[in-house]
Amino acid sequence: MSMQTVAVRTSGVVKTFGEGESAVQALRGVDFDAHCGEMLMVVGPSGCGKTTFLSVVCGTMRADEGSVEVFGTDLIHLSAGKLTAFRGKNVGFIFQQFNLIPTWNIVENASVPLLLNGASKRDAEAEATRLLTEVGLGKRLRAFPRELSGGQQQRVAIARALVHQPRLLICDEPTASLDAASGRKVMELLKASACRPDRCVIVVTHDSRIFPFADRIVEMGDGVVKGVHNAGEYHVSF
Amino acid sequence: MLYGDVAKFIMLIGGLTVCSLLMTQQLGVFCGLMQWTTATIRNVDAPIWVCDAKVEQVSEIVAMRDIEVNRVRSIEGVEWAVPLYWGIIQARLPNGAFQQIQLTGLDSATLIGRPPRMTSGNVEDLRLPNAVVVDQLMLKKYASKTVSPQRPEGVTLKVGDVFEINDKEARVVGICYAEQSFMGQPYIYTTYERAMEYVPQQRKMLSFVLAKPRDDIAAAEVVARIKKIPSVTAFTKEDFQEQTMNWYIKYTGIPISFGSVVVLGIIVGIAISGQTFYLFVHENLRHLAALKAMGASNALLAEMVFLQAFSVGITGYGLGTGLTSIMGRRFMALGEPPFYLPWQVLAFAGAVIVFICLFASGIGLLKVFRAEPAIVFR
Repeated sequence: MSMQTVAVRTSGVVKTFGEGESAVQALRGVDFDAHCGEMLMVVGPSGCGKTTFLSVVCGTMRADEGSVEVFGTDLIHLSAGKLTAFRGKNVGFIFQQFNLIPTWNIVENASVPLLLNGASKRDAEAEATRLLTEVGLGKRLRAFPRELSGGQQQRVAIARALVHQPRLLICDEPTASLDAASGRKVMELLKASACRPDRCVIVVTHDSRIFPFADRIVEMGDGVVKGVHNAGEYHVSF
Repeated sequence: MLYGDVAKFIMLIGGLTVCSLLMTQQLGVFCGLMQWTTATIRNVDAPIWVCDAKVEQVSEIVAMRDIEVNRVRSIEGVEWAVPLYWGIIQARLPNGAFQQIQLTGLDSATLIGRPPRMTSGNVEDLRLPNAVVVDQLMLKKYASKTVSPQRPEGVTLKVGDVFEINDKEARVVGICYAEQSFMGQPYIYTTYERAMEYVPQQRKMLSFVLAKPRDDIAAAEVVARIKKIPSVTAFTKEDFQEQTMNWYIKYTGIPISFGSVVVLGIIVGIAISGQTFYLFVHENLRHLAALKAMGASNALLAEMVFLQAFSVGITGYGLGTGLTSIMGRRFMALGEPPFYLPWQVLAFAGAVIVFICLFASGIGLLKVFRAEPAIVFR
């Protein structure tokens, strides 16, 4: 595992919402490193800034101050168009609510990132089919999201997140909408299919049952990183 | 996305169909009415119309002296000029019922201004004593006035039947087809001289002088020369039609009446589709933001939203204009209400539908453009 290669580096990241007396500082100077080949979990109580931090790291929100580098690219100074293109090429997303397009079948859903990167429909669907088969949905390729269980939908989301071979995988509460057994299966699948030496996986979660899957755990509180722990050393304190 | 939301899809198509139907159907009837106002000009079909200087449209008659025919004939460039009588008068039908008619008196030598198409009889027979040619509307009116339990379809007026105009005999020698006019009365054709016998005598009786320019001179040039005759004016056929239609548009409530329904159709279209499309985008904002997070540009999302808007727009437009065509065919088969659907009406309705689609999707897109992709994490 090439732990020395930095995938994400943030320094002094500050993000404030609102103005004047109603302003809320969600991030108060976050310094953080994530490396290629690791699955990093970001934990902390509600309102500690986990989601804001995740949004800043993946480039869906701009920080007010500080620097954010992802695979050597400074996201703070990228134009909106270049930032969108960067996300499309380098970042895969797994959302808590899956965010699958309900009127598209699962192959069409899973092929979206490739289509956004300019692949032909045929190539994109072939690759999506391969990945969906890999995550155990090979017999339900023409199914629509509403016809699948929560665990199956999250597997489609995993296939969609990986289909364009992103170097950074962002998972926002991937097991929050699932029961314990489905959550465990999803994390096993994620660990098996997503973790690669050239890829970094960042998972924001409240779910202590999945902590054993992490290589490192970053604990956040009040908009700052309170500590970084190795797997097995961390015990829930929130 | 939109196709999967059956309720909104149907609502949008329904709104745009009603909008398109209201616009095209109402404008079709309006254009039909405007066509009716100029039916006499097309039925008579003369290249140049000369009338009293105060006349503003074809149904407004200010009689002239017969000498004006000779004055027009004397103008350089006029190949021929003939008198035409046109007026509304009452006829007494064979069954004793009364019916208002549009009496058209043609030059007996040339029969210029003759009916466009004879369906029975011979137009030359107009030169026979007391002869008239009646149009298909006269048959319809007469049949409607002779309905009885024994003959529910009424009695058909035919060649050889006799009725009275101003207590004088009128013998039907032919049946013709003539375009129905705005005035709503049937056309009865006879000779100019006999028309003078039918109508009450006045000092001036001539309604129009019909003329034709020589082939080597433009009609507009001859019209300009005729206009130099004191107290008369002249129009080319096309100008007279335009002048007549403009008069009806300016001095009657017809455009306001039809225009308000068209505006209502546009408002219905904008209100229903705008609201429905906004709701559709609002409900799918999370999915659109997810696509944005995954690398979809604003331009691509706009393309997606516009494509969906225009596909429902085209469907609604097609259904609306299709329904209008079906209604129009039915109207034309029945003879009324008037109906005429020129391509300009279809183009106008298409442009309005495009505008509504742009407006409706534009409102939704503003929300998409403003949305930060980070909302997918909330």
